[in-house]
Amino acid sequence: MRARILVRPKEGILDPQGQAVERALPALGFEGVANVHIGRLIELDVEDPSRLPEMCERLLSNPLIESYEIEEAAK
Amino acid sequence: MKVGVIRFPGSCDDIDAQQAAARVGEAVLLWHRERDLQGVDAVIVPGGFSYGDYLRAGAIARFAPVMESVAEFASDGGLVFGICNGFQVLCEAHLLPGALLANTSLRFVFRQVELEVVRNDNPFTATCEPGERLSIPVKHTTGRFYAPDDQLDALEQRGQVVLRYAPGNNPNGSVRDIAGVCNEARNVFGLMPHPEHAVDALTGSTDGLKLLQSIAAHARQPAAAA
Repeated sequence: MRARILVRPKEGILDPQGQAVERALPALGFEGVANVHIGRLIELDVEDPSRLPEMCERLLSNPLIESYEIEEAAK
Repeated sequence: MKVGVIRFPGSCDDIDAQQAAARVGEAVLLWHRERDLQGVDAVIVPGGFSYGDYLRAGAIARFAPVMESVAEFASDGGLVFGICNGFQVLCEAHLLPGALLANTSLRFVFRQVELEVVRNDNPFTATCEPGERLSIPVKHTTGRFYAPDDQLDALEQRGQVVLRYAPGNNPNGSVRDIAGVCNEARNVFGLMPHPEHAVDALTGSTDGLKLLQSIAAHARQPAAAA
């Protein structure tokens, strides 16, 4: 399986990257943008997808500060 | 006292830490691939960019073979001190609570900061008095200490917040101005500022030596290893 893992900063945790981008967009004339958050995208081929949650918990994300979501990606 | 300083690929403060520790005892480098801690009485996990800090700072270094031995050493009561990247590694390894996030400014900060000693009932700041100020440099981009509020309350209640940035000195947006925390057993300690860079009057402060002297006074081989 080709998996796509989205890692996001947990809600309520200050996300200065998102804030910086949120401030930069209006400066370029893109008004009306709010709640920008920046995370990480990981794509991988995996033989046993049932092990993905454990991979996410132990390495791919830090569960204290990040949430993750696993999707099947098109090959 | 014999201190072991871990060297990962990407460590850059290992030599400074070794030289600083050598002022209070013997100090050796421990290669990340080796499981043998060489009978040291205390371990320093130094600053730098272990394994390139890929994914998250410290996330991959925590799986290094040497870290298995460090975890065992810590669970037997051995003193483990993580500085900067070493603090990040110990948090990722769950030997310390919390996590280190990007500085609020998103900038690399490199300056002398004033720290306030919160507690001295641990082997790392026993030479200091509560309320005492220490002048020690910081140099990092990922130093904003974070833990959820309920966990922070518990940490404070149990006396695990050891050092704070003095008012007006918080360089990274750390919650509750926390600069250094220890584990519940008080034998593992992490600190973002660099005491190993504050051991010689030539560089402006010798306050970092106090922490090393404190470690030297309390370090011993864990019972299981002796």
